[in-house]
Amino acid sequence: MAVASGRKYSVLRRPTVATGWWGWFVTVDHKRIGILYGITSVLFFLLGGIEAITLRLQLSNPENALVSPDVFSQLFTMHALTMIFLAIMPLSVAFFNIVIPLQIGARDVAFPRLNALSYWVYLFGGLLLNAGWLVGRAPGSGWFAYSPLTSTAFDVAGGMDFYVLGLLMLGTSSMAGAFNFIVTIINMRAPGMTLMRMPVFTWMTLVTSFLLVTAMPVITVALIELGFDRFVGTNFFNPTMGGDPVLWQHLFWVFGHPEVYILILPAMGIVSEVLPTFSKKPLFGYPFIVLSGVFIGFMGWTVWSHHMFTVGLGPVANATFAVTTVLIAVPTGVKIFNWLGTLWRGSIEFNTAMLFALGFVILFIIGGLSGVTHAAVPADAQQQDTYYIVAHLHYVLFGGSIFGLFAGIYYWFPKVTGRLMNEKLGKLNFWLLFIGMNLTFAPMHWVGLDGMPRRIYTYDSAMGWDFWNLFSTVGSWVILLGVLVFLHNIMRSLRKGEVAGNDPWDGRTLEWSIPSPPPEYNFAEIPTVSERDAFWSEKYVENEDGIPIPIKKRPSSGGKDTNDIHMPGLSYFPFVTALGMAICFFGVLIHISVIVIGLVVMLFGIYGWAFEPADPEPESGSH
Amino acid sequence: MAQVVSHNDHPTTTTGLDHRKMLMWAFLGSDCLFFGSLIATYLLYRGKSITGPYPHEVFNIPYTSISAFVLLMSSLTMVLALAAIQRGDQRGLKVWLLATALLGTIFLGGQYFEFTFFVEHNGLNLTNNLFGTTFFILTGFHGLHVTVGVIILLSFFVMAWRGRVSQTQHLNIELAGLYWHFVDIVWIVIFTVVYLVEAPNIIG
Amino acid sequence: MLHNLTKLRPVLLLLLVPVLLTTACFPSHPQSTFEAAGPVAEAQLKLFYIIFWAAVFVFVVVNGAFIYAFIKYRRRANEAHLPKQTHGHTVLEITWTIAPMIILAIITVPTITTIFYTAEPPPGKTLELKVIAHQWWWEFEYPDLGITTANELHVPVGMAIDVSLESKDVIHSFWIPKLAGKMDLVPGHINTMWFQADRAGEFYGLCAEFCGTAHAQMRFMVHAEKQSDFDAWVESIKATPGEMTGLAAKGKDLFVNKGFDGTLRGEKVTAQRCAFCHTVEGLPIRGAVGPVLTHVGGRETIGAGIIDNSAGNLKAWLTNPDKMKPGVGMPTLSIADDELDALVAYLEGLQ
Repeated sequence: MAVASGRKYSVLRRPTVATGWWGWFVTVDHKRIGILYGITSVLFFLLGGIEAITLRLQLSNPENALVSPDVFSQLFTMHALTMIFLAIMPLSVAFFNIVIPLQIGARDVAFPRLNALSYWVYLFGGLLLNAGWLVGRAPGSGWFAYSPLTSTAFDVAGGMDFYVLGLLMLGTSSMAGAFNFIVTIINMRAPGMTLMRMPVFTWMTLVTSFLLVTAMPVITVALIELGFDRFVGTNFFNPTMGGDPVLWQHLFWVFGHPEVYILILPAMGIVSEVLPTFSKKPLFGYPFIVLSGVFIGFMGWTVWSHHMFTVGLGPVANATFAVTTVLIAVPTGVKIFNWLGTLWRGSIEFNTAMLFALGFVILFIIGGLSGVTHAAVPADAQQQDTYYIVAHLHYVLFGGSIFGLFAGIYYWFPKVTGRLMNEKLGKLNFWLLFIGMNLTFAPMHWVGLDGMPRRIYTYDSAMGWDFWNLFSTVGSWVILLGVLVFLHNIMRSLRKGEVAGNDPWDGRTLEWSIPSPPPEYNFAEIPTVSERDAFWSEKYVENEDGIPIPIKKRPSSGGKDTNDIHMPGLSYFPFVTALGMAICFFGVLIHISVIVIGLVVMLFGIYGWAFEPADPEPESGSH
Repeated sequence: MAQVVSHNDHPTTTTGLDHRKMLMWAFLGSDCLFFGSLIATYLLYRGKSITGPYPHEVFNIPYTSISAFVLLMSSLTMVLALAAIQRGDQRGLKVWLLATALLGTIFLGGQYFEFTFFVEHNGLNLTNNLFGTTFFILTGFHGLHVTVGVIILLSFFVMAWRGRVSQTQHLNIELAGLYWHFVDIVWIVIFTVVYLVEAPNIIG
Repeated sequence: MLHNLTKLRPVLLLLLVPVLLTTACFPSHPQSTFEAAGPVAEAQLKLFYIIFWAAVFVFVVVNGAFIYAFIKYRRRANEAHLPKQTHGHTVLEITWTIAPMIILAIITVPTITTIFYTAEPPPGKTLELKVIAHQWWWEFEYPDLGITTANELHVPVGMAIDVSLESKDVIHSFWIPKLAGKMDLVPGHINTMWFQADRAGEFYGLCAEFCGTAHAQMRFMVHAEKQSDFDAWVESIKATPGEMTGLAAKGKDLFVNKGFDGTLRGEKVTAQRCAFCHTVEGLPIRGAVGPVLTHVGGRETIGAGIIDNSAGNLKAWLTNPDKMKPGVGMPTLSIADDELDALVAYLEGLQ
């Protein structure tokens, strides 16, 4: 709704100051928003890590009394929620933001202000989810929140209020972001970049975004139903009125399984970028990697009941879901074999980004194989809700997602900051995490099959689990050490890191064709794409044996006048709208008047947004 | 709500489809799953209430049919509003926008009176059985969608009144129309699975 | 290569140390799923082994290939030119799509047969058992035998137990690792499962689904015994406890008639009588909130399998149950010392 002429209200003037801390509140630049996402998610990752360390300390020896049982359940619930919704997902989104427009040759995302809104809603949602700690009642019914343990009758302390409201906000943020990336990727590709020429990370972002916009509405409905049960007293999950706790499980896992792929596909995309770059070969079997990613996305919708094999759905349903689950191993295998094909006869450089990508492959294979053992329903009856599952999921989410994301950090850090990360510290970082995660999680396979259930705050020494629990706890400190080395490396490299230049890795995709850090407009001239590895093909030609020969003359992009590139103006309405939404959601816990205030602020934000002029006022002199 | 597209710098898109239109389609696809989950909940709990009032005791199908018809007609006026702006007919735009908003408001009024009647006359509310819980939440969230639609339509009406909707901006009206038609279609589904399937129980 | 291995031997031995430690220091693994003692657990374990070895095979082959690639194709200092740019290979793609499918199809067959085998007890004589889960204890009812007990289950060896499972509050999960994998107890649903003990002995059971504060302490004990021992146990449970004398008689009077004051989860409670919550056959009041105590003296553990049943532990439990089992639904009551002794004597007398 552009308003091209007529009276302008001063309140609707677009902010013009992009520098200083205020600049971060009004920015709509995808790169800056990506940095905000990155920093926030790493902070939440540390919080989730502290929760994990505390859990491990409590379990380090039998009948320990470090934390009370209720604090323990809040810790494991919040550890899962924090790592999933506040660390891994937004860290993936940080990469979507920073990398996608650069990879497809665009100057920004399709909806820059919506992008800013996603970030602010995520931040406020994360704070709301964690606000329970401040009043001593964080959510404590498990991240899966099986009713009726979440009802007001059994969640006496009331922590699940924060769960419902926090996740609703975070879901809104995820969906807004996913819509944005769907449109950006489908609609803003550089000329010549057909779908089958898109980098795999862009492909996986697209698949993830589709999963998000289809899975999130389901959990939104589940949360609304749970919220009404809790705040109004409806009967959705109230067994005494005929409500069925199994409905919650279905809704939760119909969302929850696609969610697993939302967590892993971006990491797979990153690995599919890093492996070719540091093997000096194109990705092997590109169309198969892409199609198996799409297939995994589809299959994510057909397997949710494998989280419910012990719920009593009956042998026919269980057998069906066992078969669909096992089928997912096929496209996953295709990806892994093609990664192997990428390395084969390559020239493998073992720098930190590559180590993390290779670590991803090795650990993910272990997680995938243990996954097959609980696709077998009867075997799963012994594994469900034991530490064996804890081991499996951490191999997939820590060894998988986190390692993939670390590979991404080391890979794209020079593009974002203009400086390389320190390799010595990076390798130390990698080995500490790799060894630490195996020390922590490998023994859990054993204690799980030795009968140790999940989510117990204490155990009896007679069970024979003492040694391996202490072992895991020691391992968790090795992980912590690895994370501290990582933080030190970031801080150090920001100040003293070697200057990276445009293309430190001899990269294959378009983001390496522009300066590091990229200018606000990214590309002085929108590139034209004629091949899959768009930037590589500008640098090399293949001789008759398929050996790449460098092209002497580098394409120049210096001459173009960048003054007339039109970039979207700054805006504070995304922040205002998100703030209004946050006030509204907090208001549910405080008083109806607060909700009304929040609604007013939100409406002001939305209308201000809609009627915001496209450009700053002429008299401000910036245009 | 809408992305500002700058006047002389209109970026061409890969597919040729406007960003906002694609966003709207993606959003509506996502909203299908939202209503799908609510409708699934309703259907799963259909006939599972352990106490009354039951659907056949409270529904007045002729009454609801009329309000459904009103909402359906609003889709027609919406189409006329879009056609008007596309040919640059400002007066037609104003008339049909207002008519659409008015019909939507009549539907909402109908829902308001229906809800009040159920609560006061039939003693059905959100908490007294599964039917009340699922019925009010499903139709209530649809009503919320209609309310948002009416607000959007009225906003456009006010803009049109001040001469702020030019012929070149017909996409705004088209997007509002997409949303409005979607909300109508959802009502047809809800009206069928909630009301019409009970018709045999009411007559028989 | 061989030389390298000799050099590595101490390291390899070192790797074995923790394994030896666990087996040496902790000879008993009361909840190990590897020590199956009945047909259901055995079938589940067998299936696990099939997949486990298939997984080991895949792991060795695939990770082996990766490690080979790491070593063989690492970048060397004096590489003449960049590697050949290969883009794919259709035959390979088809091979590595079909090969996993074959392996997966092979493991799917025993998976499905085991699903159906473990779903229903085999034809023949079975013993019916109804399990009702409460936060945080177990109620066991034998409908055929007309008896009810709590937290300790007795089953005859060699007989299939046909179990139906219900919950009174939240979702729990019934699990006896050595006898059968778990099955959830969902409010509003009746689930079924079966298990059988092939040898006499004591087996640990537990709740496996997070069910609130005291989830870690919701355990139970299974006594599998010869048919004759089982029959004798059934008779003893059917018998109403005999007349009490002395201290125990005083305890019985307190159990039924005395209202104690105290606290429950931070709230004050008054005039709580033991019998309001607990059933003991033959008493005028039958409580139904807590576990049935008719033969509690004969049980091995108290507090839902968390601690040995001894006079000292019983006394500690009655003094402050919340300390032993945080979150428990039994209030902490102010009971005088002589009253405690009397109550303990009475409960121990309920053989």
